[in-house]
Amino acid sequence: MTKTIVIDPVTRIEGHAKISIFLDDAGEVSDARFHVVEYRGFEKFCEGRPFTEMAGITARICGICPVSHLLASAKTGDKILAVKIPPAADKLRRMMNLAQITQSHALSFFHLSSPDFLLGWDSDPATRNVFGLIAANPDLARAGIRLRQFGQMVIEKLGGRKIHAAWTVPGGVRSPLSPEGRQWIVDRLPEAFETVNLALGLFKGMLDEQLKNEINVFGEFPTLYMGLVGPNGEWEHYDGKLRFTDSQGNIVADGLSEDDYHAFLGEAVEPWSYLKFPYYQPLGYPDGIYRVGPLARLNVCDRIGTEAADRELQELRDRAGGVPTSSFLYHYARLIEILACLEKTQELVDDPDVLSSRCRAHGGVNQLNAIGVSEAPRGTLFHHYQVDENGLLEKVNLIIATGQNNLAMNKTVAQIAKHYIHGTEIPEGLLNRVEAGIRCYDPCLSCSTHAAGQMPLHLQLVAADGQILDEVYR
Amino acid sequence: MTVKTLKIDGKDVAIERGATILQAAKEASIPIPTLCFLEGVTPAAACRMCLVEVEGSSKLLPACVTEVAEGMVVQTNTPKLQEFRRMNVELLFAEGNHVCSICVANGNCELQDMAITVGMDHSRFPYRFPDRHVDVSHEQFGIDHNRCILCTRCVRVCDEIEGAHVWDVAQRGEHCFIVSGLHQPWGEVDACTACGKCVDACPTGAIFRKGNTTGEKERDRAKLAFLVTAREKHQWTR
Repeated sequence: MTKTIVIDPVTRIEGHAKISIFLDDAGEVSDARFHVVEYRGFEKFCEGRPFTEMAGITARICGICPVSHLLASAKTGDKILAVKIPPAADKLRRMMNLAQITQSHALSFFHLSSPDFLLGWDSDPATRNVFGLIAANPDLARAGIRLRQFGQMVIEKLGGRKIHAAWTVPGGVRSPLSPEGRQWIVDRLPEAFETVNLALGLFKGMLDEQLKNEINVFGEFPTLYMGLVGPNGEWEHYDGKLRFTDSQGNIVADGLSEDDYHAFLGEAVEPWSYLKFPYYQPLGYPDGIYRVGPLARLNVCDRIGTEAADRELQELRDRAGGVPTSSFLYHYARLIEILACLEKTQELVDDPDVLSSRCRAHGGVNQLNAIGVSEAPRGTLFHHYQVDENGLLEKVNLIIATGQNNLAMNKTVAQIAKHYIHGTEIPEGLLNRVEAGIRCYDPCLSCSTHAAGQMPLHLQLVAADGQILDEVYR
Repeated sequence: MTVKTLKIDGKDVAIERGATILQAAKEASIPIPTLCFLEGVTPAAACRMCLVEVEGSSKLLPACVTEVAEGMVVQTNTPKLQEFRRMNVELLFAEGNHVCSICVANGNCELQDMAITVGMDHSRFPYRFPDRHVDVSHEQFGIDHNRCILCTRCVRVCDEIEGAHVWDVAQRGEHCFIVSGLHQPWGEVDACTACGKCVDACPTGAIFRKGNTTGEKERDRAKLAFLVTAREKHQWTR
């Protein structure tokens, strides 16, 4: 009965994963699990290292969003030094995070997810990838790749290199933007705007047509949302306070400080996954399910604070008839966030502070316990360090965005499986849809378990008696 | 002054008696790789990078401490020596915990440069991952024993140039490590004048300024030779 189908090329998710789908006696799906089967152990092996190294070490967790770790770690370091970083450093860090969100979202949308939308869920897996996209729509593919390049280049202009730029440090940043770097950004911004507007138009058109049904199947359920908001409730990506809202748009908790995360975030552990299951503590586990990331950030904020992005946000809310609750709309939210990032980058390049060399504060070890937070492309990222009086780490806790979406990802997988699977055979094309359900969240499994390389997605169909009815690898 | 004449890599070299092969090679512009050697302090022959072949000797000899002799025939860059040097660097890497990507000395490290020079792209020896500690008890500086290659430059500059003798080598063989004072936390060693010469002398990122992050270590290596020259020859120029 059991069979193995090998599908090549390998999947478009970041990291190692396995999915089990459980059937009841009637052959209907009763549950589904998204297993993350990799382990990295950063929290453990960082113990004993100087906290000043943490930005450099934790950035190595990921090649896609190293900036997120650089920022969360540097912010935690700021608190250990107990310094207020110079305004220039704050703006420069913000600029790098905007570039990071732009490049990561562009990667998620154009390279990883758009082949499904543009080439079709059931198209040949051999070409259902960015190369297929290049063949089918070279102009769009080129624009998407160049949009990602824009974000990466801004990171390089700031930090000296695109990946793992050891530029954010406790106390600020190492160097300002150069006038040449600033000019490069100014020159390339119009093209970036053009690309994101093109993608927004294209995706909205598809939501009206061929992707209409996906909204109701790919993670459409009520949960809480969490994200940082600014002092006036505006969209925030680097600093600010945490806010929880529900699916009706009500504010459940507001003005929360990352320092108190223990009070409102719990972390559950399941024996079948290396990925922890964070939940909103007052509601318990698993009822405290919440989502983070692009859609959550757009749901918790009152407004974005830039003209074009606010217009798009309003349209998203109008289309959803209130709070958009389908995880499929993460893709939409990503495009709106790219637009917001570009607008905010535009504002920042006009600020003379970004060229200021007063961008680093110095200090000793003045606080032994510190928690830093920032918004990674995939959601809220916490770093928690405890150091000895000399600044050597005694304890490290990293709460990663993908982990916080774990409950929602499991629920999304179950929802898609229940919708498409009726019987003991895995219908053709299901694997891709299940994957795409996970892909909505743009999970970074390597980050969230703090493993390297690519591992196939492994899908098991398990009968009520535990028998494995079908199995698919890719 | 008695002059000795010898051949290094086929080149005739004349140099005063008492000079080392390393000095003679330098005079003749023949590069010999070194790691533990530091201008201005006593050579220690600890790293074995400068080993050369000398005709008539069955052993490889360290150029930094071997005196020249009349009629000596020296080879500095034979395939045997190249292979030996690469193996030596591999062993240095395998012995400690050298993670360049996050090291304060990344891009400015003599061990890293040496690996590139000898063409090391991997280690044939399994990494030992020893359990070593970091001491950041000093107000200004830190020592990460994971990155230490036991060149003893810090020991020698502190003793011979600064005259404080904070550093020493403890234990034997694979258990060797650098100690401050009488194996006290560095911050508690009264003898330390916080001059920073050990930071300037250290070839890797083992001794660093606190607060330095990835690739931020800078050294003023010329300062050490300057101090020695100024003291011994009363020449105050850099």
